[in-house]
Amino acid sequence: MSKLKHQMVRMDRRQALKAAGAGVLAMGLASAAHATPEDAAMAVSKLGGSATADSAKITIDLPEIAENGATVPVNVTVDSPMTAADHVKHIHVFAEGNPSPEVISFNLTPSTGKADVGTRMRLGKTQNVVVAAVMSDGSVHINKKEVKVTIGGCGG
Amino acid sequence: MANQPRVKLPKSAKAGEMIQVKTLASHDMETGNRKGKDGTPIPRLILNKFSCTLDGNEIFSADMHPAVSANPYITFYIKAEKSGSYVFNWTDDNGEVTTVSQDMAVS
Repeated sequence: MSKLKHQMVRMDRRQALKAAGAGVLAMGLASAAHATPEDAAMAVSKLGGSATADSAKITIDLPEIAENGATVPVNVTVDSPMTAADHVKHIHVFAEGNPSPEVISFNLTPSTGKADVGTRMRLGKTQNVVVAAVMSDGSVHINKKEVKVTIGGCGG
Repeated sequence: MANQPRVKLPKSAKAGEMIQVKTLASHDMETGNRKGKDGTPIPRLILNKFSCTLDGNEIFSADMHPAVSANPYITFYIKAEKSGSYVFNWTDDNGEVTTVSQDMAVS
């Protein structure tokens, strides 16, 4: 009798392990549907140049808490004289937790006059927004800021 | 596009002045991630490119991805250098281009 009981316990353990395995698999699938900080970092690294983390040159204006993830206002200012010799070429915005990390890329020229751009974006969940600025000398500056999202805005 | 996009650009400016331009296009910016009532995915259709040019020279442009909100709103600055017709273009996934042009006199 006690042997049978023991077997039952073993069975339970096996089932439990199976269930745990399925759980891990499900988690893997769930994370595949969303970008990860690594995806965003990879997208930034593709820009080339030596990225400087937490650059003071970039100011990201974002709400701390976004009630509606469908329209989150964002404004980015980069400290640059914007002359032909020294200007910001691109400002890329990435969202670490969206289905794909790219949000928008602004392409600037010396005629832009001031590296100050804004838009409204969708954020699926609470996450970091990463901004990378590519300068005319090829250097890349990055900065990021966290936004808490109450209702996600990616549909689905 | 259902409605013409709106562009806020002053009619005149002083030379060298930094001018903020605000643009608002009306578009659903369908991400391609959503599903319709019958469970079939709604195909992606977004405006993927915005540009501002003067005499064919690009002053500013933006590459948009599905994470840009519906009715994309973009603000940027331009340096008032010369008078002319500033041309704003929005291109969607099908290659359809919507154009708005506005004159600004620089003195």
